[in-house]
Amino acid sequence: MSDAFLKAEIRPSSDMMERKAQPGPWREAIRSFGRNKTAVVGLCLVLFFALLALVAPLIMPYDYKAQVLTDRLKPPSGDHWFGTDDLGRDIFSRVIYGARISLLVGLLSVAGSIVIGTLLGIIAGFYGKWVDMLISRVFDILLAFPGILLAIAIVAILGPSLQNALYAIAIVNVPTYGRLVRSRVLSLRQEEFITAARALGANDGRILFKHILPNSLTPIIVQGTLGVATAIIEAAGLGFLGLGAQPPDPEWGKMLSDSRQFIQTAPWTVIFPGLCILLTSLGFNLMGDGLRDTFDPKMKGR
Amino acid sequence: MTTYIFKRLAVLIPVLLGMTIIVFSIIHAIPGDPADTILGEKATEQSKQALRDQLGLDKPWLQQYFSYLGELLSGDLGNSIRTRAPISEEIVPYLAATFELTMASMLFAVFFGVNAGIISAWRHNSWFDYICMLIALLGVSMPVFWLGLMEQWIFANELHWLPSSGRMNARDPMEAVTGFYVFDAIIQGQFAQLWTVCKHLVLPAIALGTIPMAVIARMTRSSMLEVMQLDYVRTARAKGLSQFAVVYRHALKNSFIPVLTVIGIQTGALLGGAVLTETIFAWPGVGRYIFEAISNRDYPVIQSGILIVAVIFVLINLLVDLLYVVFDPRIQYK
Repeated sequence: MSDAFLKAEIRPSSDMMERKAQPGPWREAIRSFGRNKTAVVGLCLVLFFALLALVAPLIMPYDYKAQVLTDRLKPPSGDHWFGTDDLGRDIFSRVIYGARISLLVGLLSVAGSIVIGTLLGIIAGFYGKWVDMLISRVFDILLAFPGILLAIAIVAILGPSLQNALYAIAIVNVPTYGRLVRSRVLSLRQEEFITAARALGANDGRILFKHILPNSLTPIIVQGTLGVATAIIEAAGLGFLGLGAQPPDPEWGKMLSDSRQFIQTAPWTVIFPGLCILLTSLGFNLMGDGLRDTFDPKMKGR
Repeated sequence: MTTYIFKRLAVLIPVLLGMTIIVFSIIHAIPGDPADTILGEKATEQSKQALRDQLGLDKPWLQQYFSYLGELLSGDLGNSIRTRAPISEEIVPYLAATFELTMASMLFAVFFGVNAGIISAWRHNSWFDYICMLIALLGVSMPVFWLGLMEQWIFANELHWLPSSGRMNARDPMEAVTGFYVFDAIIQGQFAQLWTVCKHLVLPAIALGTIPMAVIARMTRSSMLEVMQLDYVRTARAKGLSQFAVVYRHALKNSFIPVLTVIGIQTGALLGGAVLTETIFAWPGVGRYIFEAISNRDYPVIQSGILIVAVIFVLINLLVDLLYVVFDPRIQYK
């Protein structure tokens, strides 16, 4: 019986040994990512803020909107970990809830840019000729404006609100992904496996979405991760200028501009929201760098 | 080279035209009647009509666009709704202020960024390298406006080392000749004023220059690391050159092209970042000019301000392309 028990113990582990000998590309990527210490730090930062954002309503010690005017500008203490702002609102609660807004705007705007950019990039790269001309020129024109300035212009048209700031940031970043995908499509189009697929009778749609798109994914993922960091800072910048989130939404950039006049008497009102912007965008930047090293080992250590 | 410049300028024409279309559409994309938005709901029908006449809003779009284009080509940027002054004149001192700030930031960013990158590559994997790269990582993720506020708090409010805002002391106004206060002070021999002007520049220049510094440092380091492994660097060492000469005279020259690209892109990005920095430090530059126009719904100023900054951005990129030839004669333009 002990023999049978031993064998049963051994079999799965020998299976695992075999599998280890031939790791798949994804498993290899995950392992390489895991070895990259700074990338893991980035992932932890991102997960930490994502978790905060998810459970914000459960762990907020106070309502982020609740004004207690007798508790104005109180320094950090046991009651209010990060102190209170000029309306007596608990900054810790506001900062946690703010993670929701910033992450949502960052992720949604990047998702929007990626979807539109990828579609335009694929169309431009695959169909070429005047379509490519037209789309590429539009990208050139959009890239000819400094990013935040174009975003400001778009919000000036649509009117200041969090939603419009999100649209603006998404539009501004479309050319980044569009150009990336277009150049991928142009180089992939020449590959033999595309010719093979065509010889097998695959139509344009099948070639684009089953063959070209999956092979363009990794640079999009890397650029997208780095893009979230930029989008978060841009959203906070618009909020700071009063062109993004509107009161009482505890958006980090808006919190900074609301409190900047109290920086001398109550620096905590400005320190904590800013630190949050810095750490979240640092997290996405580290993660993006790590992903790039993982998918493109040539870039390692750059 | 001359043909290349002309070709490069020809490519710019559709881009510039596209930019004018975007800027032109700003006022037309406002939902509803622009006159309502600009003057507010309570304005009289008469004043609204006057504004529509001034901006030509009643005419067909195409006609409006072409007359707008014609005005631009003749150097007319329109009039501000609020001050009624011609924008092409009004914007000049703001542009000078922004240029001065951008140049100071870029000097800071290039000097510290390039040198930090070089020393990091030279002393690869040393504590200096680690600290530099940590600072560079933080710099890339830094929100400019928060850095500016922290600087103000620490260096102006707490330590009283530097002034917290403005270009100059209010009771000691500068006599503008070129509009660049640093040059103005030198031309007029006002060295006490020069000192004050420089002190006002420090904080905003560092705030604005931190992101480019970080990006430049990272790019210099990686580019230098690549070049330092090449044979000719080994040859330079073997023939007995000092480490300093090898790094700064031989290796740097060949690793500078990617750094130059980054410097160009970042200078353009500075023009955008200036909006935020200028707001924090009450710096009377174009960014602030545009931002105030947005609060006042002064659409002609928003349009022309954005157009001018974008044109400068495009010209900087052109300049960078041309500078490549200077740094790498192998690049030939045909």
